[in-house]
Amino acid sequence: MRRFVIGQAKNLIDQTRRRPPQPHHHNNLRLLSLLRPPASDTTPVSSPRLFSSSSSDMPGSDSSTSSLPVTLDSINPKVLKCEYAVRGEIVSIAQRLQDDLKTNKDAYPFDEIIYCNIGNPQSLGQQPITFFREVLALCSHTALLDESATHGLFSSDSIDRAWKILDQIPGKATGAYSHSQGIKGLRDAIAAGIEARDGFPADPNDIFMTDGASPGVHMMMQLLISSEKDGILCPIPQYPLYSASIALHGGSLVPYYLDEASGWGLEISELKKQLEDAKSKGITVRALAVINPGNPTGQVLSEENQRDIVDFCKKEGLVLLADEVYQENVYVPDKKFHSFKKVARSMGYGEKDISLVSFQSISKGYYGECGKRGGYMEVTGFTSDVREQIYKVASVNLCSNISGQILASLVMSPPKPGDDSYDSYIAEKEGILSSLATRAKTLEEALNKLEGVTCNRAEGAMYLFPCINLPQKAIAAAEAAKTAPDAFYCKRLLNATGIVVVPGSGFRQVPGTWHFRCTILPQEDKIPAIVNRLTEFHKSFMNEFRD
Amino acid sequence: MALEYDLLNENVKKCQYAVRGELYLRASELQKEGKKIIFTNVGNPHALGQKPLTFPRQVVALCQAPFLLDDPNVGMLFPADAIARAKHYLSLTSGGLGAYSDSRGLPGVRKEVAEFIQRHMFVVTVCFPHSDPELIFLTDGASKGVMQILNCVIRGEGDGILVPVPQYPLYSATISLLGGSLVPYYLDESENWGLDVNNLRQSVAQARSQGISVRAMVIINPGNPTGQCLSEANLKEILKFCYNEKLVLLGDEVYQQNIYQDERPFISSKKVLMDMGSPFSKGVQLVSFHTVSKGYWGECGQRGGYFEMTNIPPRVVEEIYKVASIALSPNVSAQIFMGLMVSPPKPGDISYDQFARESKGILESLRRRAKIMTDGFNSCKNVVCNFTEGAMYSFPQIRLPPGALQAAKQAGKVPDVFYCLKLLEATGISTVPGSGFGQKEGVFHLRTTILPAEEEMPEIMDSFKKFNDEFMAQYDNGFGYSRM
Repeated sequence: MRRFVIGQAKNLIDQTRRRPPQPHHHNNLRLLSLLRPPASDTTPVSSPRLFSSSSSDMPGSDSSTSSLPVTLDSINPKVLKCEYAVRGEIVSIAQRLQDDLKTNKDAYPFDEIIYCNIGNPQSLGQQPITFFREVLALCSHTALLDESATHGLFSSDSIDRAWKILDQIPGKATGAYSHSQGIKGLRDAIAAGIEARDGFPADPNDIFMTDGASPGVHMMMQLLISSEKDGILCPIPQYPLYSASIALHGGSLVPYYLDEASGWGLEISELKKQLEDAKSKGITVRALAVINPGNPTGQVLSEENQRDIVDFCKKEGLVLLADEVYQENVYVPDKKFHSFKKVARSMGYGEKDISLVSFQSISKGYYGECGKRGGYMEVTGFTSDVREQIYKVASVNLCSNISGQILASLVMSPPKPGDDSYDSYIAEKEGILSSLATRAKTLEEALNKLEGVTCNRAEGAMYLFPCINLPQKAIAAAEAAKTAPDAFYCKRLLNATGIVVVPGSGFRQVPGTWHFRCTILPQEDKIPAIVNRLTEFHKSFMNEFRD
Repeated sequence: MALEYDLLNENVKKCQYAVRGELYLRASELQKEGKKIIFTNVGNPHALGQKPLTFPRQVVALCQAPFLLDDPNVGMLFPADAIARAKHYLSLTSGGLGAYSDSRGLPGVRKEVAEFIQRHMFVVTVCFPHSDPELIFLTDGASKGVMQILNCVIRGEGDGILVPVPQYPLYSATISLLGGSLVPYYLDESENWGLDVNNLRQSVAQARSQGISVRAMVIINPGNPTGQCLSEANLKEILKFCYNEKLVLLGDEVYQQNIYQDERPFISSKKVLMDMGSPFSKGVQLVSFHTVSKGYWGECGQRGGYFEMTNIPPRVVEEIYKVASIALSPNVSAQIFMGLMVSPPKPGDISYDQFARESKGILESLRRRAKIMTDGFNSCKNVVCNFTEGAMYSFPQIRLPPGALQAAKQAGKVPDVFYCLKLLEATGISTVPGSGFGQKEGVFHLRTTILPAEEEMPEIMDSFKKFNDEFMAQYDNGFGYSRM
């Protein structure tokens, strides 16, 4: 119901946004104030409407529970306000369908649900890297290292590596809380890995290991945001972690639009314009979030572009939050990943010139170890008193999980030529990455063949984000169904094919344009069937709604 | 510089977390310099030599490397029940340990947790419903769950949370990060850290007179740092109080396996609430927390926990689910540890004897250590200590003589911080000053875990006694004690 209400709000907003007189960015900021709770709201007309409908029209609403201390009306409004579409309504419908499929097979024109909504590779059959898992198994049950039979079941370098890691853990205790930044020896390995990648020094004391990259992003938002007067520049379309985290911490999202026509390019002039606009509204912009390679947009930034971004942050005094979790996922020969730290250092900028946080995760890349919840942030260019505050917040969480920490160190220091596992490691890694490149290409071409659909290439990351030019009739039908047009399309797609994608509105998009995000993660042998189903569905959708 | 200290979120600056504060940092420095440090500051059993239970580690190792399950020689390294259990848990995942699970945790594990809670509540009747897996969320350790729930409850500084003093500083730190108000209620040291409902009433009345709307109450049972176990009668009073005052009760029950006396076994708030029947059983909102970090498991590094919600309206549950989904999912190997904790090997299983032997060995040793420690503290000059009935800590009161207070003042330190630093420098014992947990004004404590190895315990207590004697001799100038 909440989603329905917010969906309604979105329609309302989208309609106002489509009115020509005001520029887009202005309306987008209004969206923020619209979704703000009544107490802090400055747009009295729309807001009460939004919220009164959520509390009174509800069948089985909280009237029976109103005597309880915690009800929907009395919880933190920041919680109500935040949204996370990657696991939103469409996924709930998909889960219901999946349950029903077990007993009610004949009721559907498909026999399985294909989850293309989330970058969760191993749930779609991607196999973990054997060497990594061998080391983790040995560290999970260290008694194995004393058994002679272990040598028959494990590669020799995995045994060596497990010993090496255990020697770095005080008391070899993998069941103990570690230092709140992560085990020092593992941070040494990560720093060495960053150094090898960038050609510039990295300090293990700058590394904060986290349960996936997301907690690191939350930590930085918590530090930067005191109130709605604090703004964070975020790309639109964006990965909704950013909008959700900013909402939870009560700040303001300051959007900058990526240019779809130039392959989701990031224009400095757009950054400047949005920064000025935010300033004129009394918002102090504290940081710029950049996702490279892009999510959901899949573009890989050029080094030149990155230099301009670094200069912009330096000049404007912004913290650069660099989401670099897809750094291993680059699929085109003409693009290469460069870390922002490398770019900044190669421009001659050091600790005193720019505040930079780089996020990395073990959930992406060729490893795709989402369930482990491992990651780190490398924090550079902060004064020691600020660093102490980051450490303190990390310490309230005690530490991140140890197997995630071990895996993060393995990802940054994989087997080397000559190691027992090297050949199989390279074969597994190359196999996964080249297959992802093939899948990205196949899906992109298929999407571009559809009537009214244009799709930029996935240069990197794990997603395609096609633009669908929806007919007016479809938009009207969506409005009648009180749903956003792209969500309407995605629900139809799910019901017809079992394919789960995320509507573009969950990531935000230029008003009046419609997209969806689809991962490139289903296994290669499933791609032809997906292409067929998608093509068939789109044809019949257009036949139904073509203007 | 883009981020100046002055510009940081004030709530972050205000927040304090002493368990890893000044003392811990100094201890780490000393350790780097080569001094032997006994870390008794954090309840971190494996760091102090407690061995992990074998069976769960075998199961998780197999889940980490599922290709072992296809190897004909796997039986040479793993018992059959561990192999069967690994297959069972892998079948509950959608892609093994490497795939995100449902944001609330694997449905199959949540079902096992629900069955565990049910087993501990005995009978199922109409007014005594089944525990519902949909109301159980798995988390990366219990702390994450506490933060999620407090985030839901706290809207601003006008919202108050009743917290015991002394308390585990997770609560004060989180409340301050979220910008809420901590409303203290004092545990009575002279009544073995008893919880007096009259104190609660006073605390609530006082907070309300200051315009604070008190919304929730925290109990830690068994107590951290105070080690007391709440009686059933006491829990009933608390639940009635929450009912009358419309407070959500947050029941921190992470030490439920750590009980060192027989008069008051652990009883969960949920069971007491359900036994009380109408109107309480439907009228009190309760969230209970549990973890794999404590008990005889002590698997702190896994970051595994759960919370169970009772009488929380479905639409609020949905909001909590939404916030959980932003963090994607708790780590899957810790979810499997949780599954194993709530459904350990049964009599007749191949691994049962070993599992029972290991877990019993740990608990019995902890019980002996709790006694050695309490007795040791009580034999020291100017030190009095309640018995550790449960949990993992000893929380002795140190009656600091005026000379010590003066010396502390000169050194610019809080008196108990001063004492603990001296203790650390002299003996290598790293403790947490009582001021990190809150205490009555003018009264000083320290917290130490009871986790050092049993064979080292007499030596540790001797070295403490020696330090304390010298400290008291140096500062006790005959003007009496500081205790009010």
